[in-house]
Amino acid sequence: MPLLSVDELTVTFTGAHGRRTNRAVDGVSFQVDQGQVVGLVGESGCGKSVTSLALMGLLPSKGVELGGRADLEGEAGKPQNLLTMSRSKLRDLRGRKMAMIFQDPLSSLNPVIPIGVQVTEILERHRGLKGEAARKRAAELLDRVGIPDPRRRLKEFPHQLSGGMRQRAMIAMAVACAPELLIADEPTTALDVTIQAQILELLKELVDQEGTALLMITHDLGVVAGLCDQVNVLYAGRVVESAARRELFAHPSHPYANGLLGSIPRLDAPRGEPLTPVRGSINDRIAWADGCAFAPRCDRYELDCLGGAPGLREPRAAGHQVRCVHPVLHGNGETDDLRTEEVPA
Amino acid sequence: MLRLVARRLLQLIPTLLGLSVLLFVWLNRLPGGPASAILGERATDAEVARINRLLGLDQPLYVQYWRFLKRIVELDLGTSVQTGQPVWDEFTLRFPATVELSLLAMLIAVVVGVPLGYLAAKRRGGWLDVSAVSGSLIGICIPVFFLALLLKQVFAVHLGWFPSYGRLSTGLNATEVTGFATLDGLLTGEFDATWDAIMHLVLPAVALASIPLAVIVRMTRASVLEVLGEDYVRTAESKGLHPKVVRGRHVLRNALLPVITAVGLLTGSLLSGAVLTESVFSFNGIGQFIRTAIDGRDYPVLVGFIMFIAMTYVLINLLVDLAYSLIDPRVRVH
Amino acid sequence: MTKTEKIQRLAELTAGQESTSGASLWKEAARRLRSSKMALIGGAIILLFLIVAVIGPWIAPFSPTAQTWRDEVFANQGKFVNPRAENWFGLDHLGRDLFSRFLVGARQTLLVGVISTLIGLIVGALIGGISGAAATLGGDAGRRVDSVVMRFIDMMLALPSLLLAVSVAAVMGQSLTTVMIAVGVVQVPIFARLLRGSMLAQGGADYVLAARALGIRKRRIVLTQIVPNSLSPVIVQCTLTLATAIIEAAALSYLGLGNPDPAVPEWGVMLSTAQRFFDNAPLMAVFPAVGIIITALGFTLLGEAMREALDPKLRG
Repeated sequence: MPLLSVDELTVTFTGAHGRRTNRAVDGVSFQVDQGQVVGLVGESGCGKSVTSLALMGLLPSKGVELGGRADLEGEAGKPQNLLTMSRSKLRDLRGRKMAMIFQDPLSSLNPVIPIGVQVTEILERHRGLKGEAARKRAAELLDRVGIPDPRRRLKEFPHQLSGGMRQRAMIAMAVACAPELLIADEPTTALDVTIQAQILELLKELVDQEGTALLMITHDLGVVAGLCDQVNVLYAGRVVESAARRELFAHPSHPYANGLLGSIPRLDAPRGEPLTPVRGSINDRIAWADGCAFAPRCDRYELDCLGGAPGLREPRAAGHQVRCVHPVLHGNGETDDLRTEEVPA
Repeated sequence: MLRLVARRLLQLIPTLLGLSVLLFVWLNRLPGGPASAILGERATDAEVARINRLLGLDQPLYVQYWRFLKRIVELDLGTSVQTGQPVWDEFTLRFPATVELSLLAMLIAVVVGVPLGYLAAKRRGGWLDVSAVSGSLIGICIPVFFLALLLKQVFAVHLGWFPSYGRLSTGLNATEVTGFATLDGLLTGEFDATWDAIMHLVLPAVALASIPLAVIVRMTRASVLEVLGEDYVRTAESKGLHPKVVRGRHVLRNALLPVITAVGLLTGSLLSGAVLTESVFSFNGIGQFIRTAIDGRDYPVLVGFIMFIAMTYVLINLLVDLAYSLIDPRVRVH
Repeated sequence: MTKTEKIQRLAELTAGQESTSGASLWKEAARRLRSSKMALIGGAIILLFLIVAVIGPWIAPFSPTAQTWRDEVFANQGKFVNPRAENWFGLDHLGRDLFSRFLVGARQTLLVGVISTLIGLIVGALIGGISGAAATLGGDAGRRVDSVVMRFIDMMLALPSLLLAVSVAAVMGQSLTTVMIAVGVVQVPIFARLLRGSMLAQGGADYVLAARALGIRKRRIVLTQIVPNSLSPVIVQCTLTLATAIIEAAALSYLGLGNPDPAVPEWGVMLSTAQRFFDNAPLMAVFPAVGIIITALGFTLLGEAMREALDPKLRG
């Protein structure tokens, strides 16, 4: 059975004072197996970060309604629903069985507390390590994530570290208790490009060596291409396409996923070929209940896209799910000929 | 750290110099000048000229300013017109009373204000929040002297729970050591004197605390609300830390930073308030002395007091900045 | 199945979705202000106060200065007259109708508040504006000007407000004008700091850089870009200052520096006069005090509500 199994997850912000409710996540389903790297890809506002916060139980308790299931494999192989678990039980899991890496390491680290304390506090909480034992382990962890001179760094404050070092420290905290599931929410977005590659390399190494499963949340298809085994493309709070990495990059079948791939520059494209952006923005959408949310931005839109959300189908290959009435089926002379070539590693 | 202190102390010099110029100009602009302040308004021209010569007021302005400055530096603040005593002596005599009162007021404001502001933020929109916020808004809007008057009337005159005036009961024969009435009792073993002094302090301190308390409650509340939304609090929660640890280590510590600065800035209003409260309770501190100085146009006392207060204010804020830099490592580096 | 039909169906469905594209800052702020209970209560109090201040002198049943009931009040024997059918708020120590004095006094109180706030605003905004403009766009020389001006402002801030006011009053003698100027002077450094700080924050913004890159003249950038965008905290402060000014004026009166003219009753003066008779006639003090507190509360509530409405951090 999978390590994490998310089934029809919904997150609704009810808002105070009877303001309009906003459904940020609208029936997301996906699975993460032990040791697997799964990508959750989409543009800003598609619900990917909210999904991760909902899984960690980090959404405010007031004004938020959760629906569906999110089962994490328990100690005795018994699944536990993260969404209905008591706060204290969830706290026990957080940091120990599942941990999270956030987007902006500067704002995500407490500015007035030394790095060392921020690492040891999690060891103290879940491993019962105290004093010198905790500091020793913390130094090892910093060393493990590639921070030089870890003993000195323990005493330093976040602002004294560079952006890359901060994110490494953040990763050290996340992996401190050897969690089985690591959730990384855009871990490289706030970093310089050169640093991004280093951090991704580090994550890859950790995942390979420790056998940790990684849920990678990103808008960056490059990150997905380099890291993920399985990719889920999110649009307007729903998974619209789910496939293994190679399959997805070779045959993006949902018009949105297809558009995403068409909008990034490729080294192997013929000179002078224009990029094709996905027109409109995520605000141009209709409710899933009325039809395909992507329809207003879609070139393939027909009247039969309306009237209820399209279901997930497997029009190309088993395990390659697409939520579309008129999927892009490659080989039909569509915009696909380039993508049948080798996928970037 | 030492360099920070040195630099901040150096920065004080231009401020105090400027202040002395301002005060000098102010003194010279006073109607009638010091001569008529000493002689009264019916003085003859000849007498005024004599006094002016005596005081060196016939000298060029820069000479006068230089003397003025020298006297301030030597802490020679002149002689009080009302009492005929050196102004500096009058201050040192009354200073402990005002310090006691202000410290107690600030203590009340912080000890009550910070937890109240914190709880209000934690239960945003609840009855505690609503009453804390509206209470602090009303607290700011009540004139301090009226509140003092009201407290005195209700708790001293009608209920008789507290004495209505002074620092110590008249019948009490307390030995004076430091001038701090509460401390002296402890030092000499006259615990009844300490108790008596505290009872005398309660009402004026509560009145004086009203504005700082109101400010601190709202400041803490706003600050905690802001910190609760910070990413690092979410990080702390993502580690599964116990709520107590999250609150104490990650929320309160950061939320108190702006409150510490506010405490420093509030000393100014505290001293203004002391003038009003002390005079309502006939509490023999600097504030009441100033009140009578205002009535009696006792300018040497006013000038000395303004200089003195400005220095206190600046020094307290220096201390606050240093305390701040101890807590916030980001300030330390610069 | 025509193309227009397709587009129409889609348009209908999209229209049902909430648009997240925003209204302007001011529109959004106005909307939030309207839905704020604090603003509503504050506004209502201020409106009531304004009405009383404007029409008060006309609807006052008696002369505020005539000692009509002189023979009924003996202050030195502790004999006062409490509220009664004829005199709603009772009589003061000289046998004058307190209700009439209260109504007439509202206008004076408003005048003191508004004029001293204006003094503080105009002088403070001028100093802060020059300092802020010099610091943001004046280069090295400008920064020097700014630092000198700010030292001066810091100096003013180091003086407790009451003493600053007392000093002004000591030079100018005792009058209503003195009170206004004294209270106004206290507000000068606050406004100056606020506008300068706000301008400095705006001066570093990208749109100012963009304007400079376009070659727009500095004076124009300051006047058309930086200042308008820096004003919202100043407007909030104005509202809050109206409250402070009324309270400070009362404190000055208490210290015997208020308006000595008995023909112009003002709440602060009424209160400080009344506190002498607090033992025997507490109501005499309570009416002006409640007037001051409620009015100050009205301005404070509105000011705070405006601050919250304009705070971009709280938007959404």
